[in-house]
Amino acid sequence: MRVRKIDVLVVGGGAAGIAAAAAAAREGADALLIERNDRLGGVLEQCIHPGFGLHRYREELTGPEFAHRLLGEFDSSGAEAVTGCTVLEVNPQGPSVVAASPKGLLKFRPKALIWATGARERPFGALRIPGARPAGIYTAGLAQRLVNIHGLLPGRKAIVLGSGDIGLIMARRLHLEGVEVVAVLELRPFPGGLMRNVVQCLEDFGIPLLLRHTVAEVHGKDRLQGVTVVEVDEEGRPLPGTERYVEVDTLVLSVGLIPENRLIEGFVPLDPLNRGPVVNARLQTEVPWLFAAGNNVAVFDLVDSVAALGARAGTFAARYARGELPEGRAVPLVRGENVLHLVPHRLVPGVPTPVYIRVPHPLPRARVSIGGVVTRNHVGVRPTEMIEVKLSGEALEELAGLPEVRVEVSPA
Amino acid sequence: MKKRLICISCPVGCELTVEVENGKVISVSGNRCPRGEAYAREEAVEPRRVLATSVKVLGGELPLVSVKTDRPIPKNLIPQIMELVKGLSVNAPVELGQVILENLLDTGAKLVATRAVPRLPQEPLNPGVRPAAGPP
Repeated sequence: MRVRKIDVLVVGGGAAGIAAAAAAAREGADALLIERNDRLGGVLEQCIHPGFGLHRYREELTGPEFAHRLLGEFDSSGAEAVTGCTVLEVNPQGPSVVAASPKGLLKFRPKALIWATGARERPFGALRIPGARPAGIYTAGLAQRLVNIHGLLPGRKAIVLGSGDIGLIMARRLHLEGVEVVAVLELRPFPGGLMRNVVQCLEDFGIPLLLRHTVAEVHGKDRLQGVTVVEVDEEGRPLPGTERYVEVDTLVLSVGLIPENRLIEGFVPLDPLNRGPVVNARLQTEVPWLFAAGNNVAVFDLVDSVAALGARAGTFAARYARGELPEGRAVPLVRGENVLHLVPHRLVPGVPTPVYIRVPHPLPRARVSIGGVVTRNHVGVRPTEMIEVKLSGEALEELAGLPEVRVEVSPA
Repeated sequence: MKKRLICISCPVGCELTVEVENGKVISVSGNRCPRGEAYAREEAVEPRRVLATSVKVLGGELPLVSVKTDRPIPKNLIPQIMELVKGLSVNAPVELGQVILENLLDTGAKLVATRAVPRLPQEPLNPGVRPAAGPP
């Protein structure tokens, strides 16, 4: 097996990985991006709706347009890409990666590795819904791929379980393509996706959103014939007597994303709530040669944030590869009240960073505090919209002097 | 008359209050940026949306090309435009930004491609190889 030596190897050709490889190359590194699919862009190519790029490009783009811009930056950076290449193994002892490609097994020995594998959809099997396992049950992303890339309709009459953004967007997309979308069901008392998507995907087309509802059972042997819809209580438990049968041939699931870290989780500490690696402000994990960026770190709302993290990881990984990233003091960020997702986990003195915070439930008014040094009042904090607080300058230096920095979102 | 709207201009989702009298917007509040005001003024009188969908491609590496309207179109025209788009097809190669259809239903809006779809490479015929014979 031929071994290829390289400065920075990036695994995953979605927004984070493309931005990471481009930034590493611009920082002077010999950077290589490997991607399992036969095209770069990740999920962007199937997200044909607008809503991307407002932060990064100051205009509203569709997913494919965002990918095109990002790939333009990649092409001019001097970074290289290999597609159709799947990583099989990462050596925990040092940066070395084995991958399968159409040319056979490839081995890479980089100086720094950037993990940008994104997230996977939570599948039907994880929901423990009784019934047979008939055809007609799709994750929202799979349904999106069938409709937008392959030109195939998943069915004629559908119900969507889960009101995450992809679920809302697929409800609209299926409706536009002539599928009857009966309803979107949400277990929680609030929508899982952005309010703008509730408005422009459901209300625009009269698709009902049933909060505190779920699917209790699926019916049908070969093809889905219907589902039992049930109301739930505060704890998400079905309320007896509220069951009703709804005839559908298609069930679309938008029930969460799971950061993809299986090949590294054996040797890298993960944050159990983010379900991704513990990272410092340089996006460096607890294993110094391993950097991580994108939805495998934590699931983000916006591709703009994912690309921004990727670029940061690329820059710092390139410096690491040059031996210019001394291990210094790092100040832990710790969770206070109402903090579900938190990125990063360590501040590095002199490294300005955004801090991303996701609350576990909505708060009408909240005060966000980073170590008591930076505080901000917010109206209407929701789990669907991450809070981003930028730390730099004097505030960062003050925080960097603390033994630890407590991040909290208190009701105000 | 007061209308309550949720702004869809960006992911923040501001809750807007629009005061409308005789079909004219008197005031907008609740917005955190000028885009919110512009959205409310339009939404209260004539809601418009950018429509994104896809068009069939002939001879391309992919069977579809993603498209969008180059500007927001009246929301109530979306079903008619979808009907129109359903019957369309375009020959590969398709360039990003290529106009697929001009002046959609006299709105002045264009339907433009949001990605490129290269032509499917034609396999050169090899006269030395004949397809395997099927069952008799």
